Amino acid sequence: MDYTFFQEYWWFLVSLLGALFVFLMFVQGGQTLVGTLGRTEQQRRMLLLATGRKWEITFTTLVTFGGAFFASFPLFYSTSFGGAYWVWMLILLCFVIQAVSYEFQLKRANLLGVGCYRTFLFLNGLLGPLLVGTAVGTLFFGAEFIVDKQAIALPGEPPVISRWATPWHGLEAVLDIRNVLLGLAVLMLARCLAHLYFLNRIEDDEVRARSLRLLPWEIALFLIFFLSFLGAWCTADGFVVGQGGAVEIKSMRHLHDLLSMPLAMGLLVVGVLLVLIGLLTPLVKRDNRNGIWTAGIGSVLAVWALLLTAGWNGGIYYPSLADPDSSLTLANSCSSMYTLKVMSCVSLLIPFVLAYIVWAWHALERTPIQPSEAEDSH
Amino acid sequence: MEPIDISLIDWSRAQFALTAMYHWLFVPLTLGLGLIMCIMESIYVRTGKELWKSTTRFWMKLFGVNFAMGVATGIILEFEFGTNWSNYSWFVGDIFGAPLAVEGIVAFFLEATFIALMFFGWEKLGKGTHLLSTWMTVLGATFSAWWILVANSWMQYPVGMDFNPETARCEMTSFAAVALSPVAVTKFLHTVTSSWVLGAVFVVGVSAWYLLRGRHMEFAHRSIRVAAFFGLAAALLTAATGHQSGVDIARHQPMKLAAAEGLYEGGQGVGLIGLGFLKPGINWANPEQDPFLWKLEIPCGLSILATNTMEGFVPGIKNILEGGYVGEDGLPELSIEKKMEMGGRAIEALAAAQGGKDASAAHALRENFTYFGYGYLKEPSDLIPPVATTFYSFRVMVILGGYFIALFAGLLLVGRRLDRWKPVLLAVLLSIPLAYIASEAGWLVAEVGRQPWAIQNLLPNCAAVSKLPVGSVQTTFWIFAVLFTTLLVAELCIMTRAIADGPEKECA
Repeated sequence: MDYTFFQEYWWFLVSLLGALFVFLMFVQGGQTLVGTLGRTEQQRRMLLLATGRKWEITFTTLVTFGGAFFASFPLFYSTSFGGAYWVWMLILLCFVIQAVSYEFQLKRANLLGVGCYRTFLFLNGLLGPLLVGTAVGTLFFGAEFIVDKQAIALPGEPPVISRWATPWHGLEAVLDIRNVLLGLAVLMLARCLAHLYFLNRIEDDEVRARSLRLLPWEIALFLIFFLSFLGAWCTADGFVVGQGGAVEIKSMRHLHDLLSMPLAMGLLVVGVLLVLIGLLTPLVKRDNRNGIWTAGIGSVLAVWALLLTAGWNGGIYYPSLADPDSSLTLANSCSSMYTLKVMSCVSLLIPFVLAYIVWAWHALERTPIQPSEAEDSH
Repeated sequence: MEPIDISLIDWSRAQFALTAMYHWLFVPLTLGLGLIMCIMESIYVRTGKELWKSTTRFWMKLFGVNFAMGVATGIILEFEFGTNWSNYSWFVGDIFGAPLAVEGIVAFFLEATFIALMFFGWEKLGKGTHLLSTWMTVLGATFSAWWILVANSWMQYPVGMDFNPETARCEMTSFAAVALSPVAVTKFLHTVTSSWVLGAVFVVGVSAWYLLRGRHMEFAHRSIRVAAFFGLAAALLTAATGHQSGVDIARHQPMKLAAAEGLYEGGQGVGLIGLGFLKPGINWANPEQDPFLWKLEIPCGLSILATNTMEGFVPGIKNILEGGYVGEDGLPELSIEKKMEMGGRAIEALAAAQGGKDASAAHALRENFTYFGYGYLKEPSDLIPPVATTFYSFRVMVILGGYFIALFAGLLLVGRRLDRWKPVLLAVLLSIPLAYIASEAGWLVAEVGRQPWAIQNLLPNCAAVSKLPVGSVQTTFWIFAVLFTTLLVAELCIMTRAIADGPEKECA
């Protein structure tokens, strides 16, 4: 097992964490649906109870994703977080206001009132997936940064290894419609998955009926945004490292990468099919509650495949539009061989972590949420 | 290239300090109250008495409110290493990132998974499984503290690494040396046991309020009994680990110790300042005058603390800057000017050594690397941390630590007679903010005292910061200041109302 193996292994893990996070953002999608699906206070409480039991897992996956990225590819952490400052700060603020809202909303004397905390949850649900999707879009379509590791040894002045080339510090990502399309696709996927989750968890005929009525429109919007993104992604020119080590432009880079990686191709095809099957299941069999599992697994596989193609195949996973030679590859941005090896040993714990998460989920969710539980919710 | 604006460094530091101090308002209560909750639920499972269940549920309700704030304020800290300290993230990310990733995998998921079972599982799980969930939640929080304190300790005492000129960064050579560094072990024990003290003070303080009001007397006595035993043990452990922490600082961060003692001119048989008031505007280069307006000194105390001998030499700020005394390794310490010169040489050698073409440069880099960070400093005085803040914070922490030992011992001695003494009950109640002040003061000593270093001797803050517009950092600073303050007020309102409602509501 050489250095390249460990770099690719860690990209495999970071991509998996990213894919799991996208799936778990059904919590955020659910938060945007509370007012639409819940007409009575009891119904709203049931919906919030359902997502409230899961928000910490989503949150923790985001934090672990950040930690794992820092440990394995510190130059990305340093360049993107330090440069696209405003995008990441806005994402973090979205998650800060979520973290208190579930606990505080129904507490007496909560200062801001239940409406304010639910608005926080709505904002987190809307902006979280949208901003995360837009930020991830820059992994495929590029960002405005310059990296100079030599700068640490410039005489006389404090060093600046990574710099952002625009004064907008990440906000300029919204000017590329392809990034926004991915953001919208992630948002609509989160809402679609939330419908499936509520259909699985909520024992209330009115909520179920409303969800089933709304779902086809949500699916249609998701497909419009996702297929537009996929089309743009397949046809976009991309940066690759050429024969002499210089960065070159390659036409339809991502499509070529996908076709040259049967594993990623297979994951993407299977993933998209599972998402479609999962989304359509409750529309065909209205009593079927298992769409969340099929679509959930599908969304993990599809997102995983997209992220894998960015980093594997010797490709550039974070292209620099300001200075192509500053673009980040697995090789030039990763941790040392020793650190990756040590971290790989720690990663052997992941199956145990997944096992107790599954056990805990099962222990808490044996039966759907009843209206009576909403009355008791704290 | 444009130089880094000094105010950018100050605002970036201010933002990190703000978010860290807010975060630390909630973490110690999570650790301390969490363990007390575990003990109470264990008693419930063992005895089967419902009153212990209601007691546990009451404290768990307060734990939940506090925990949410800890989570909200914590996420910012992890990402701030990237957003505001991007040079730092690359320079030491190979080492520093690993504990954060392990924290996520090992600790956060444990916490996040079992906390849902703990809160929502009372009616869904068996007694034993629920108790396991409570313990796992608190264990997860404690593991989390371990890994973040490993990361923090490494910044204060960088070990288990080597510098790679090719990648222009420090790289890990021994995970065991990083994860089990003696400084990390001491810091973990001191921080966690002091958090237990804060949790115990919180429980006895709230319980004292019930006794003052003549409400929930049985509940209050029961809670005080558990928390006072637990608190006394924790406070004694905090004192012991605090002493070891002082020894570590004397060995590895002598400037921090000198600042914490207001010691400008060192010497042999140096006394430990118990209490004192510093004269303002002391000039380090001319400290002949006594830097204190008034002081109460324990003779030879500092020498004993630092060297385990009554006559041991302890360097002051002037000695450290001028060098010439015999250091920890038995060799004469270099002056700061000399270290800055060697640091400058190391930086120049790095520029020449990159690409591996200049073997002599690589040699020069190795020779001078110990003082690499000094090469970024402009003046010797840059090395002096804010003395007054460090000095007074240290006194506040130690004096309050002593007070808590007396408080818990007193509560155990008095027992059920406590409800007769209203002034004492009031004092116990007012001890709650003191516990928070002591806890924050401890971090002030640790972090202000190590300025100007992001990584001790290797990377000063001015070389660690992200190149951002000052206005952006100022804006996010005020956003966090307003948001966290608002949420803190909300948390306090919720907590006070829940306490006013009392434990009976939890029995329903």
